[in-house]
Amino acid sequence: MNGTERKEAGRKILTLFAVVLLLDIVLAAAGLWDRFWLYAILINLISIGVISQWGTAFIAGGNLHRYERFLSIGFPLVMLFAWEMLVRVGILNPMWFPPPTEVMKALWELSTEYDKFNETSLLGRPWLIPEMYREFGWEGIKILVGESHLIATLTRIFLGFVFGSIPGLIIGVAMGMSRTIRAMLDPVISAMYVVPKITILPLMMLIFSPFGETYKIVTVAISVFFVVLINSMVGVREVEPILIEAGRNYGAKGVQLFKHVIVPGAMPVIFGGLRLALGTALIVIVAIEFVRAKSGVGYITWYYWEILKPPKMYAGLIVIMILGIILTYGLQWTEKLVIPWRKRRDEAKEQRMKTRTVKP
Amino acid sequence: MSKKIIADKVTKIFPTPRGPITAVKDFSLEIEDGEFVCIVGPSGCGKSTFLRIVAGLIPATSGDFRIVVDPDSAEGKPLNNIVFQEYAIFPWKTVKDNVAFGLEMRNIPKEERYEISLDWIRRVGLTGFEDCYPHELSGGMKQRVSIARAFANDPEVLLMDEPLAALDAQTRAVMQEELVRIWESDQKTVLYITHSIEESLLLGDRIVLMTARPGRKKDSFQVPFDRPRDLSLTSTPEFAKLSFNIWESLQVEVQQTLLVGAESTDECE
Repeated sequence: MNGTERKEAGRKILTLFAVVLLLDIVLAAAGLWDRFWLYAILINLISIGVISQWGTAFIAGGNLHRYERFLSIGFPLVMLFAWEMLVRVGILNPMWFPPPTEVMKALWELSTEYDKFNETSLLGRPWLIPEMYREFGWEGIKILVGESHLIATLTRIFLGFVFGSIPGLIIGVAMGMSRTIRAMLDPVISAMYVVPKITILPLMMLIFSPFGETYKIVTVAISVFFVVLINSMVGVREVEPILIEAGRNYGAKGVQLFKHVIVPGAMPVIFGGLRLALGTALIVIVAIEFVRAKSGVGYITWYYWEILKPPKMYAGLIVIMILGIILTYGLQWTEKLVIPWRKRRDEAKEQRMKTRTVKP
Repeated sequence: MSKKIIADKVTKIFPTPRGPITAVKDFSLEIEDGEFVCIVGPSGCGKSTFLRIVAGLIPATSGDFRIVVDPDSAEGKPLNNIVFQEYAIFPWKTVKDNVAFGLEMRNIPKEERYEISLDWIRRVGLTGFEDCYPHELSGGMKQRVSIARAFANDPEVLLMDEPLAALDAQTRAVMQEELVRIWESDQKTVLYITHSIEESLLLGDRIVLMTARPGRKKDSFQVPFDRPRDLSLTSTPEFAKLSFNIWESLQVEVQQTLLVGAESTDECE
């Protein structure tokens, strides 16, 4: 990037900035923000995007990575700030759209205060741990953990995921390997795969008991099962034929071929399936907790909607979001352990990102 | 010298929805122990099909072929190993484990197989890359891994299916010379498929020409050049003359392939 280009970019940035600022001021002076706030905000955000793009002209090649990280944190903050301001100046109704600061406060209350009325405590009153331990020993801690909504949801997801993915993996791989098994099961599986899994909830309540945890976990497990099964089958079938041929030519057969060629070859697609399944599990468990549970993150979100406390409802949403992020990262971390030959690829990519330079 | 590969009137017919296609017809070939034989032919002529039959990956429709096993060969010595055009090395194994793969399948203890593996990694010039995964290697390096894997497994015969065809011209030239050097240090029986006349002249002891589909034996040339050979050979007048002679014989077949059209060339490769 040479001097003239940089000058040019600087001029463009300043011009756009001035125009948008002028627009904002004119709108404010004319009292038109109330009517046109959505368009005004959109114009402002788009302008920030354009300015950030032009701004790359001023970033030296080595700093590009840092600049991108700054944008990926900064832009969401800008959006939150816009939300906050819109509420503060009275454009948005704080009853329905509590400002981010309010939501954060609600989240803090949710985790630190005990709602006696519905026995809600997000984390299970961790501040009671020493006391309960003194009084009841490990039993006391178990009681505390048991009342935590976060743990309740996590347990259901975990058990459902384990009980669903293991059979899904085994049957999926078997279907991938054997034409016969595929012929027998494919129509049934395909038909059941397209059914939205939450619709089997009543059936599960009928088969198991409509009380307790079993039907919830089984519903999650079945949702997970189909996703993992289909992906395992596809993963096995899409192992490159030439690699299987090479495996056979170098003496692998039976279990050896399976262990050294087919399983590792199918692993990337299988992990893709596990990732999808985790997302599905989260959707299904939250839906179940909306309608049928007296504990769990989905339950508290729904509860605070019913008693009309939107800040806490938003806080529940944030917890679900964080849960999703943590689970996804957990799986990614496992994937790196199990598929090391891909980990290196990511690292190599990162290395390239770091050394990427803009030509002078 | 004794015979190593004996193929007698091998024929392969593929059934297709449009009717049977004869890929190879009455193809007979005898290869001596320690001989490097190149099969050259136009694309789609069935030379790869023949190699796959010899490898035992697909059955012949009719005809007879066998690989003669040395009576004093070690037990468990594999009949054949292929070097594939697409490398076909395992992305999930390191270079060291890829080269040791055949040995691992034969349950050779870890120490011994790594010793052999590292030796071959050195001989193909990949020292320092033992613990790399294939995606970190260039095309030429991947093919070195594939070649090392085949040699390390020490089969009765080596089958090479256009191993250098996927490489760029410069890498290919380097690899041709290396392949000559490696083979001259470890003279195995090799059946080498290629469509490059120069490559077959540089590498082979004998060149067998195949006709356009259905693939039949068209001609056979003894390569008179002394070993050890290197790339300088390709600039000699004898090389050019022989190369042109072979081309004259092959030209008709290539033109035939072009006339028949591209519609069905992919079935037999």
